[in-house]
Amino acid sequence: MLHTFIAYVEDLPGVLTRVASLFRRLNINIHSLTVGRSERAGLSRMTVVCEASAEAGHRIRASLFKLENVVDVDDIAQAPSVTRELALIKVAATPHSRSQIFELVEVFRARIVDLTSESLIIEMTGVESKIEGLIQILNESDGRILEVCRSGKMTMRRGQHTSSVLRAMGAAAGDQPEAGDQPETDDLA
Amino acid sequence: METKAKNRAAQAPQTTPIRLTGAEIVWATLVGEGVTDVFGYPGGAILPVYDALRKFPIYHTLVRHEQGAAHMADGYARASGKVGVCIATSGPGATNLVTGIATAMLDSIPIVCITGNVSSKVLGSDAFQEVDITGITLPVTKHNFLISRAEDIAPAIRYAFQIAKSARPGPVLVDITKDAQQATAVFDFEAAKPRPVRPHPMRKIEESSLEQAAELIRNAQRPVILAGHGIIESGAMEQIRTLAERAQIPVALTLLGLGALPASHPLSLGMMGMHGESWVNHAIQDADLLIACGMRFDDRVTGTLATFATKAKKIHIEVDPAEINKNVKVDVPLAGDLREVLELLLPRIPSHDRSAWLKSIDAIKGASAVRDIKNLPDLGHLYAAHVIHDIWRITGGNAIVVTDVGQHQMWEAQYYHHEQPRTLITSGGLGTMGFALPAAIGAKTACPDKEVWVIAGDGGFQMTSPELSTIAQEGIKINIAIINNGYLGMVRQWQEFFYERNYQSTPLISPDFVKLAAAHGIEGRAVRSRAEVAEAVGEARSAPGAFLLNFMVEKEDSVYPMIPVGNALHEMIRRPEKNLIESPEDK
Ligand SMILES: Cc1ncc(C[n+]2csc(CCOP(=O)(O)OP(=O)(O)O)c2C)c(N)n1
Ligand SMILES: [Mg+2]
Repeated sequence: MLHTFIAYVEDLPGVLTRVASLFRRLNINIHSLTVGRSERAGLSRMTVVCEASAEAGHRIRASLFKLENVVDVDDIAQAPSVTRELALIKVAATPHSRSQIFELVEVFRARIVDLTSESLIIEMTGVESKIEGLIQILNESDGRILEVCRSGKMTMRRGQHTSSVLRAMGAAAGDQPEAGDQPETDDLA
Repeated sequence: METKAKNRAAQAPQTTPIRLTGAEIVWATLVGEGVTDVFGYPGGAILPVYDALRKFPIYHTLVRHEQGAAHMADGYARASGKVGVCIATSGPGATNLVTGIATAMLDSIPIVCITGNVSSKVLGSDAFQEVDITGITLPVTKHNFLISRAEDIAPAIRYAFQIAKSARPGPVLVDITKDAQQATAVFDFEAAKPRPVRPHPMRKIEESSLEQAAELIRNAQRPVILAGHGIIESGAMEQIRTLAERAQIPVALTLLGLGALPASHPLSLGMMGMHGESWVNHAIQDADLLIACGMRFDDRVTGTLATFATKAKKIHIEVDPAEINKNVKVDVPLAGDLREVLELLLPRIPSHDRSAWLKSIDAIKGASAVRDIKNLPDLGHLYAAHVIHDIWRITGGNAIVVTDVGQHQMWEAQYYHHEQPRTLITSGGLGTMGFALPAAIGAKTACPDKEVWVIAGDGGFQMTSPELSTIAQEGIKINIAIINNGYLGMVRQWQEFFYERNYQSTPLISPDFVKLAAAHGIEGRAVRSRAEVAEAVGEARSAPGAFLLNFMVEKEDSVYPMIPVGNALHEMIRRPEKNLIESPEDK
């Protein structure tokens, strides 16, 4: 199954290697990994998405906690959450062929963020399937995709599950996936 | 050879803040942590630290190979329960430590390794003797530090000690650049204290789990305690004994658990697993409840998982939450410090009579004891089992025995009956040949008043035999028994059983070990028959200095019983009947 781990880690050299090394050791391929500053000073927040057996979730979470630089871990599992990905897509487009792409961008609620006589860059935020949908349509259209840059997933639980709440709960929330595994409904935002 | 009195000048730790060089801070911090002995080898990138040593009351043992330094720190820690410390220079010095660090990691042994590195200005430039040792050791340490400022040294070393010994212990490496050793900083031991240990959030004992566990124990008909290394690490010997005695539960021990319950205790079954005695493994397979205490269901202990103790409910008491349900799915997990958990559990356990279960185990025991090699008639052949049995008898089971890895290690576990914790020192998880001799030096340094024996194979002994020189230089009194079978015996045994006796690359020509010892000024003698064993062991014990015994044992003897990989725990190869009477032909 697909696992999504949220880890709060100390913002220090080598911490990313330690986290990545844990997955490497287990021979687990990381689908995506995003890191950035969090609401807590000195702590970065990571979203790690990987494919592993259902049982592996416990072990990975327990092992992440054993890393000295890891402060909090949440296994999102099936819990209601919001997931987004950012994609920048550069497409070859002449003034003549642009209009079709403009239409697509409109339909997908994406944006054009750069425009030259040979190419343009589309910026899009959304769930994975939506980004993949746009890429597929672009591939099928006249516009040739030159570059794709995707951020990987960023995930946040819905409701009051802030990191400090999780901590107060002893970070046990990941053990019991909450009822009603809702599909990733998009566009509430 | 004479043993040398060590000068460890008593000196109070530095308590008021003072400006020191980074190199001095290294030692001052170690003194503050209570360190009296370190094992190491100098080189350019650690020279400032060596230069500062003379000012501090710490004894440095010069090793002959850095692997030995790590094993010595490890043996020191295993024998004493304290943190062992080793030191090496950058590059090759640091990489030589790696096998020793991994050995400590796999057996959860608290050691702190200090390495020098090139100056911070040239880090990452492939400078002379530069190696990314924090990168290399990342997967074989609990944690490691790269320190490039003098003011960070004390906090890092103090933090390293805390990490090494807290929860599930393990090795920590502190890599210090040369410029950090040379710079100065204010040394304030108190201020360098690490933040309190952050408890693992998944390490918690649910009241309901405790009750469930107690209920299972109260109702079990055929329970077995699986006793691991965690008992010794947690200091839960009394609690395990109380649990076993009160509820009349037999105790099977892992290799690293030996000594956690006295071998002579009526409820001690002995070692379980691949080379465990048949009654132990049968008891586990027949059990209706397993209470796993501070052990991790290693593959050498369980046999094939699908067939492991299928009739048993399982309670797992373990300090490391990542071990829960890793290999064996358990019914009641109790993730916490073993002693604390047992203290909570014991009040819920009433006394219980389980004589029927204990008798049924005794019945199997009686049947297999007949096949025991100890009962062999003396036909002039020397068996390793005899040697170890005699060493056990003569030392009263009270010596610290440090083994290497191979057949002799398993025979030691079978025939030396350990009464006390920390008296068997052996590389279980990594199975590191070459461990015994240096680890024994560490053990003897930690426990100078204890009798220390090395039991090593002719193969493994040669991996670290230069440490004989360390023994000579330091005047260390240990007794060395080489179980010399002319083979990489354990591998030969696998070739015999599973590779049609194709003894590829396992016959071994060795130097004359007695002469090798003599070249180091160490006494020794060869032993060729059972009749000589007792006297030779006595001679070694009474010699004032180190003594080496070269036991020329039966070449093609095998360790029985053996559970081949892929078999269930009860499907074992037994000692063939004919082997009991005839001697295998010498080849
Ligand atoms: C460093 C290392 N290399 C290889 C092995 C594989 N190995 C395990 S036991 C063994 C044979 C050991 O031979 P010896 O030291 O003579 O002991 P014996 O089995 O004969 O008692 C070998 C090669 C190992 N455990 N460690
Ligand atoms: Mg041998």
